[in-house]
Amino acid sequence: MHAAIYYLDTAPWSNSFLKKIFKFDLLVRRYTKDHEWVDTTDDGIIVGITEFAQDQLGDVVSVELPEVGISYRHNDAIAIIDSVKTSTDVYSPVDGRVTHVNESLLSQPELINKSPYQDGWIVKMMPESPAQLESLLTKDQYDESVGNTEK
Amino acid sequence: MRTAFYERHLGLGAKIVDFYGWDMPLQYSGIIQEHKGVRGSAGLFDVSHMGRLKIRGPGAQDLIQRVITNDIRQVGDGQSLYSPMCNHSGGIVDDVIVSRLGPGDFIMVVNASNRTKDMDWIMTGMDMNRCEIKDVTTEISLLALQGPQSSHILEKMGAGMMGVKPFRLVQMELDGGPCMISRTGYTGEDGFELFFDGGHAGIWDMILESGAEFGIIPVGLGARDTLRLEAGMMLYGNDIDEDTTPLEAPLGWTVKMETDFIGREALLSREITKKLRGFMVVDSGRVARKGDTIYDNERPVGTVTSGGFSPTLGRPIGYCYVLPEYGVGSHIEVGIGKKRYKAQLASTRFYKR
Repeated sequence: MHAAIYYLDTAPWSNSFLKKIFKFDLLVRRYTKDHEWVDTTDDGIIVGITEFAQDQLGDVVSVELPEVGISYRHNDAIAIIDSVKTSTDVYSPVDGRVTHVNESLLSQPELINKSPYQDGWIVKMMPESPAQLESLLTKDQYDESVGNTEK
Repeated sequence: MRTAFYERHLGLGAKIVDFYGWDMPLQYSGIIQEHKGVRGSAGLFDVSHMGRLKIRGPGAQDLIQRVITNDIRQVGDGQSLYSPMCNHSGGIVDDVIVSRLGPGDFIMVVNASNRTKDMDWIMTGMDMNRCEIKDVTTEISLLALQGPQSSHILEKMGAGMMGVKPFRLVQMELDGGPCMISRTGYTGEDGFELFFDGGHAGIWDMILESGAEFGIIPVGLGARDTLRLEAGMMLYGNDIDEDTTPLEAPLGWTVKMETDFIGREALLSREITKKLRGFMVVDSGRVARKGDTIYDNERPVGTVTSGGFSPTLGRPIGYCYVLPEYGVGSHIEVGIGKKRYKAQLASTRFYKR
C-alpha cells in the first residue's frame, strides 16, 4: 500500500506512523487474553502482565527472562514467573525480537506485584508486523475477558 | 461449607479458595508477609476445616492403638500424640493428632481431605459395644495461634499456657464457654490450637485484639503451607499417601514396632524403595512443583511431592521421593517446565527455631 512513503520520513514503529496506516491509537495500552499488557513506543513495544494477573499470582518470587536478540513467534513463552503458589508463562503478544529485558526483576521480582505497569515491565520487543498489534484487545475487551464489570 | 469465621475472613479482605469443600482463606495481606509475621511475632489461623473425631468408651484406647503406628499407651490425660494411620500394606491412610482428654475419652484431628475415609477406616475394626466414634467437625471450631508471641497473647486474654509443655493440653473457660487449648501446631513455631463450641466465634476477635500490641496478623492456608514446608512437616496427599509408608517418609520416629497396629507386618517386611528428602534449587529462582521429575544426569531418580518458596531462606525449596541411595547432600537436577535446574538434596528441616 502506501506504507513505504511514510517509511521514508517516519520511524517505522512510531505511533504517528501506525496511526496513519491503521487508524487507531496505539498509544493506548493493549492487552492479550493471557493477561499481558502491551504499550507501543517509537522503539517497539513494552510487555508486562496486568494488575489482574499479578493479583491472581500473589507474591512473585522469581522471574526467568529471555535473552536479548532472540526472536519469538506470537504466543511463544518468553518469560516464566514463579509466585509462591504457582508458576506461569508470559507469552509473546506478537512475532518479534527481544530488544531489552527488565533485569531489575532478577533481584526484585516483587516489582511485578508492586508496579505491574511501570517498574514491573518484563521485556521490550521489536515486532515484525504491525498488523498483529491491531488484533490485540482493547481495555474494554480485556476487562470483559476477565469478568471485570467495574467501569 | 463455611466455618464460623467466614464473614470475618471476608471483612479482613481474605482471598477465599475451595479447600476440599470448605471456603477457606488462602491469604489476607500476602503469603510472604503472613509467613514472616508468624515467624517474627504471631499469626491466627482458622483451621476449622480440619476433621475432628471423638472416640470414646472403654475400648477407645485399644481401637486407637490398633489404627495408629505410634504408642498411645505413652499418652496420659491432657496429652497429645502425632501419628500416621496405616493400611494393611503399610501405606499411610492419614496422619493425625490424637489427644487424650481422660480415660476412654479421645479426640482425633484428621486432614479435611480424609475425614470420611478415616471414619470408615476406624469403624471397620471397631467393637461397637466398647466404644463410639462421632464426627464433631461442624460443631467445634478450631483456631491455631502460632508464633513466638503466642503464649503472651493467651496470657493477656486470661488463658495462660506459659507452663504447659508442647503436646500438652488444658481445658478452661473462655468467652463464657468451655475451651480446650493444646500446645501444638503446623508451623515449626511455638503455638497453640484452640477447640471450642462454634457459637463462640468471638474468640477470633478476642485473640486479634489481645495480639494487636504484639503485631498479630490473620494467616491463610497459603502461608500455612510455606511454614510447614520450611519446618519439615508432611502434607497428606502431597508427601504422604496410601502408596507411601512412614519409613519412606521421615516418620520412622512415629512407628513403634513394640505395639500391635495395622500395617506392622508389612512395615517389617516391605522393602524401602524410596526416601523422602528435602531439596534446594541452586543457581535459579525457579520453584519446583508437585509432580516434577528429579534427575541424576539423564536418569529419572525421583519425583517432587511439595515445592515452594522459603520466605526465610529467600529461595525455592521442596520435598521429593528419590531412590534410597540418594542421601542428603547429593547433587541432582529437577525438571521444571522444559528445563532442568541444578539442585541439592537436603534435610527437610529447612527451618529450626
